[in-house]
Amino acid sequence: MSLFLLAVWTLWQRELVRFYRQPSRVAGALAPPVLFWLLIGFGLGPSFHAPGAAAGTSYLAYFFPGVVILILLFTAIFSEISIIEDRREGFLQAVLIAPVPRASVVLGKVLGGTTLALLQSALFLLLGPAIGLHLSSAGALAILVAVLFLLAFALTSLACAIAWWLDSTQGFHAIMNLFLIPMWLLSGTLFPVAGTPGWLGAVMRVNPLTYGVAALRRVLAPGDAAGLPGFGASLGVTAACAALAFGAAVWVASRRPTR
Amino acid sequence: MHADGAGLTQAAVQIRELRQRFGQREALAGISLDVHRGELIALLGPNGSGKTTLFRILSTALVPTSGSVSIFGADVVRRPTLARRELGVVFQAPSLDRKLTVTENLRHQGRLYGLHGRQLEDRIAGALDRVGLSDRARERVEQLSGGLARRVELAKGMLHRPRLLLLDEPTTGLDPSARREFWAYLDAVREEAGATAVVTTHLMDEAERGDRIALLDEGRLVALGAPAALKAEIGGDVLTLETDEPESLAAGIWGRFNCRALVLERAVRIERARGHDLVPQLVDAFPDAILGITLGKPTLDDVFVRRTGHHLHRGMAGGGDA
Repeated sequence: MSLFLLAVWTLWQRELVRFYRQPSRVAGALAPPVLFWLLIGFGLGPSFHAPGAAAGTSYLAYFFPGVVILILLFTAIFSEISIIEDRREGFLQAVLIAPVPRASVVLGKVLGGTTLALLQSALFLLLGPAIGLHLSSAGALAILVAVLFLLAFALTSLACAIAWWLDSTQGFHAIMNLFLIPMWLLSGTLFPVAGTPGWLGAVMRVNPLTYGVAALRRVLAPGDAAGLPGFGASLGVTAACAALAFGAAVWVASRRPTR
Repeated sequence: MHADGAGLTQAAVQIRELRQRFGQREALAGISLDVHRGELIALLGPNGSGKTTLFRILSTALVPTSGSVSIFGADVVRRPTLARRELGVVFQAPSLDRKLTVTENLRHQGRLYGLHGRQLEDRIAGALDRVGLSDRARERVEQLSGGLARRVELAKGMLHRPRLLLLDEPTTGLDPSARREFWAYLDAVREEAGATAVVTTHLMDEAERGDRIALLDEGRLVALGAPAALKAEIGGDVLTLETDEPESLAAGIWGRFNCRALVLERAVRIERARGHDLVPQLVDAFPDAILGITLGKPTLDDVFVRRTGHHLHRGMAGGGDA
């Protein structure tokens, strides 16, 4: 096995082992989104009707894809924030002076976070049939996995780039509250882009995550797709963002000195 | 000692005119030094002397402002990957993942150096055996004592059989018995691998384990040599006189005995062959000025004082260790 792949493999494996040895991280990434889903879903349900959604679509069902994205985002954050801890505790320094390309370190870390995000979201997706979401075929499942992978990879890379750039977990939490959570709120997860007025609608239309959410909605609930960007465009934007975010993470990691 | 023919004359580490600035502060002010193959060299100096900065440059963690370092011929700035393959590093701060077991930590490290499969598992078993931790292999690092964790760090640094081992204050935080144990394991590991080692320390007794000692102060190399040779340059004994009036006492000694006395804080220091002959004379001559008198064989601190005019450790009186 090449040195590059060995490095990717070992960092990926460490990410999984560590995550599942700290149950609070697993719960922290999974429980809040599910709680939001239930509270907001039941609370807003009676008074909400999404334009473009088929009549009879419950808010729990409408909000479902958004919660999947939130689980991906939280897992990405919880896994990549460990870069800051690794640096503080000294573990990272030993990795950074190993004779491996920085890109392999970043890729291992990001693939680890991506895998965790996929596993966590899969747990939640098992609830789908309970609210009437069904995949039409094995092909649809394959497409779902591909879309989830792209989304998870993009969000994990973004979290990785941010974590590599920061020195404190407090700083990361600030970025999360001021940037990552608003990005999620304004991506058509809670309320649709169509019908959102003025500048807010414009922000939502340039938010790349809007396209990721659209891609996921089109796979999970093809009947409620009116007013969403096309599937091809959504997938294209998401893939481009994944590549861009990963490039940014490698760039930040390569530029930063080892402390 | 390595004896691989062609490179025999080449030093393990070549440091040339190395400088490091952090803003206005010059942490390294032009250091040149060769580390010979197979030797253990101790970098000894007070806090802020530049030894940790030098260590970070050697470990490829920091790019120097100017000057060069090559490790077995590989320049650390131009060819870091090549240099890194030769390096085993034990940092001052722990570098183990506390949530992973001892074996998992070593496996992770080995893979970063291209080891895998049977070979990796054999290396791990061998490394744990050498540091006496075979029976703790499956425990998580967070369950180990500080001394045992340091030994895992040593096993981690040696796993890929580097030709150069770098250790930064490796026994910090260990009690004296754990420290002795760590050094015993380090000696054993080095003997077996024939590795060259560079160890930073602020402890004189640790530095004396080196084949040579490089004394650093304010970013400069102030002395370099074998411990015995460095101490021999003092040429005799060291007398330290405790006093409230160091300046006048030093002047008095110069006038009366024609011997140079150095003022250090609230003490006066004299280097003299057959120092014990001088003790009664001094006490007779200055019965009131001298509050206490210490006679000792020269220590590395005395060498340091001679070269820099101050102690290795602030507030250190006499020749004791810190």
